[in-house]
Amino acid sequence: MSTEHLRQNQIVAKREIAPKTYWYDLYHPKIARKRQAGQFVVIRVHEGGERVPLTLVGSDPDRGTVTLIFQAVGHSTMELARLEVGDALLDMAGPLGRPTHIENHGTACVIGGGYGTAPVLPIAEALRGAGNRLIGIIGARTRGLVILEKELGSLCDRLEVATDDGSYGRKGFVTDALAALIAEGTDIRFVLAVGPTPMMRAVSELTRQYGIPTMVSLNPIMVDGTGMCGGCRVEVDGQTKFACVDGPEFDGHLVNFDLLMKRQGAYRAEERQIAENYEHCRIAGVLDA
Amino acid sequence: MSEVHPSKQPRQPMPEQPPAERVTNFNEVPLGYTPEQAMAEAARCLQCKNPRCVTGCPVAVDIPGFIGLTKEGQFVEAARKIMETNVLPAVCGRVCPQETQCEILCVLARRGEPVAIGRLERFVADYEREHGPRETVPPVPATGKRVAIVGSGPAGLTCAADLARRGHSVTVFEALHELGGVLVYGIPEFRLPKRILKAEVERLRDLGVDLQTSAVIGKLDTIEELLGPEGFDAVFVATGAGLPKFMDIPGENLLGVYSANEFLTRSNLMRAYEFGKADTPIARGKRVMVIGGGNVAMDAARTAKRLGAERVILAYRRSREEMPARAEEIHHAEEEGIEFHLLTLPVKLVGDEQGRLVGAVLRKMELGEPDESGRRRPLEIPGSDYESPVDVVVVAIGAGANPLIKDTTPGLEVNKWGYIVADKATGATSIPGVYAGGDIVTGSATVIEAMGAGRTAAAAIHLYLTGEAPERDGAS
Repeated sequence: MSTEHLRQNQIVAKREIAPKTYWYDLYHPKIARKRQAGQFVVIRVHEGGERVPLTLVGSDPDRGTVTLIFQAVGHSTMELARLEVGDALLDMAGPLGRPTHIENHGTACVIGGGYGTAPVLPIAEALRGAGNRLIGIIGARTRGLVILEKELGSLCDRLEVATDDGSYGRKGFVTDALAALIAEGTDIRFVLAVGPTPMMRAVSELTRQYGIPTMVSLNPIMVDGTGMCGGCRVEVDGQTKFACVDGPEFDGHLVNFDLLMKRQGAYRAEERQIAENYEHCRIAGVLDA
Repeated sequence: MSEVHPSKQPRQPMPEQPPAERVTNFNEVPLGYTPEQAMAEAARCLQCKNPRCVTGCPVAVDIPGFIGLTKEGQFVEAARKIMETNVLPAVCGRVCPQETQCEILCVLARRGEPVAIGRLERFVADYEREHGPRETVPPVPATGKRVAIVGSGPAGLTCAADLARRGHSVTVFEALHELGGVLVYGIPEFRLPKRILKAEVERLRDLGVDLQTSAVIGKLDTIEELLGPEGFDAVFVATGAGLPKFMDIPGENLLGVYSANEFLTRSNLMRAYEFGKADTPIARGKRVMVIGGGNVAMDAARTAKRLGAERVILAYRRSREEMPARAEEIHHAEEEGIEFHLLTLPVKLVGDEQGRLVGAVLRKMELGEPDESGRRRPLEIPGSDYESPVDVVVVAIGAGANPLIKDTTPGLEVNKWGYIVADKATGATSIPGVYAGGDIVTGSATVIEAMGAGRTAAAAIHLYLTGEAPERDGAS
């Protein structure tokens, strides 16, 4: 495909891979060339919009595209979801954050919870590339929310799926699947987990009992993403760290998850307010005019 | 009746929004001179043969020159006179500490009030922007050399303009989505309206400068890559003091505690003060405490007031005399009802079960012997702790060096605080072709000092690229 006519940050592909969960390929040749597993971008959709951090799920350096996957759950991600192929993001800065530390651990297990499965994908790819035997676990509330099963499955020697309601795969949480693997005697030497904060905490609690090194990718509220504001501070081993430049991945056994969850809820009231305004405008037809 | 020289007349006062009104909006506080006021004020200038004011200006603006034109009503010409050496006159007329730079050296200051150089600069720059014909830039023969400028704050923009005027091809890389660096994320709308900054930045485009936003050097390209595959012949690093400092006291990660960088970035760059029109939220505290005594602390306190705080307390561990903020900023803050708690050190922040800030434990201080900065050292008074209810705290105790460039540039010498080591006279770093200036070299300083560093580096880069010493054009 010729890319000469493409603008930077332009959407070249859009797919809804689960309800309200979107896969975008965007044109940004330089980030496509530079990005490494574990890094993210900060985007803005429109003038006045928030700066939103999103994990770089993958890239195609030949086409000059990067892949972002997001769930339209808040105001900014809903606005992002309204864009179509041919539209362009107003801004995209990256690749930000430290790349994942990759080595051959022997057997490694990657765990994705909900749309947190998306950030797991590039790390799985890199771990695979380093020669790890790879086990994947995908967790979701229900069958329809299981994403990237095929993509992650093709990288893993073994893939487990767990749903809360038992509609697909094992009934239960990702920790149940992980506990079963450990009980079977699987010699897991490294775990990487990305997903909702309670899930990352539960995984870390479990692996702590077995002394399995565990990394988690944190998603606190961020503004600039370059270490300038300190809004994304998290506590790791009693020390304050900035997730945007010191992370986003940290040792799950040392993260203060309680603090993280509190800080993630800092603007819940404002988020509700802006979502209501938005809904009101949409109903009134202001946004569609 | 004998004529009294205008210099005997009092300095023209600056019309301002009254305090009670301005704390309810984010509009600019000083309203600017009228043309009549500007001409009357300009007439006070004695046009000294050896003007001392110019020696106090880091970019050596021809002050008597522009004031002479202002006196004659030639406002556009006066502004263009400033622009020969200063690309950001409307910015500098607002944020420069003239009282410690040019105005303090004015002959009239010996026996009375100095000429209001800053206010005049602001007036003619605003007049030129609103009334002047668009400046046509005379074409300069291209040198074929390419220079990358990292950071679009005052140092970067000044360096970019100087190099573009000498025929070099200049690209500015800005990490954030808007141009201006600290001028856009740090300085509030009520001190520097964004549209005025934008207009001055646009002049750089007229000079042919390529301005790129959302380009995080150190991540997207490293300095090495700029000089290698990207084909630049020289790099100027002007990334500013982009690392927030905290106090390292218990409770700093509670909800409601901000670094000044975050608080001001949310309000200024992200326009959280217009929440509803803009999407980024900010905590609107009822009782806000700002920690610090510099200009950034004043900006944060005044912003908090405008965001609707009932009380804004400024806690500073030394006394009024040691406060580093400009007198004008302190005065404006006091007028707006900011409560100064001097000789006060927060030692602990207190939260509720949800992790929200509810109070601060403060300790009384007294002044001891002078320390290495020459200021009297604050000493803690044992047993003086008391608790004060607060729901937002802004930590404004300075900023450090952002490590992004240092960490990705092997061979770049930095000092023990992480600031880049650069030659004072040239801005040259330990790597040939790489220059640095502004807060990333000096630590937090003023806008005009950063501009001076940009100017110095531009001259040195020109020499490095062409072997020619730059023509004298006001800068010495």
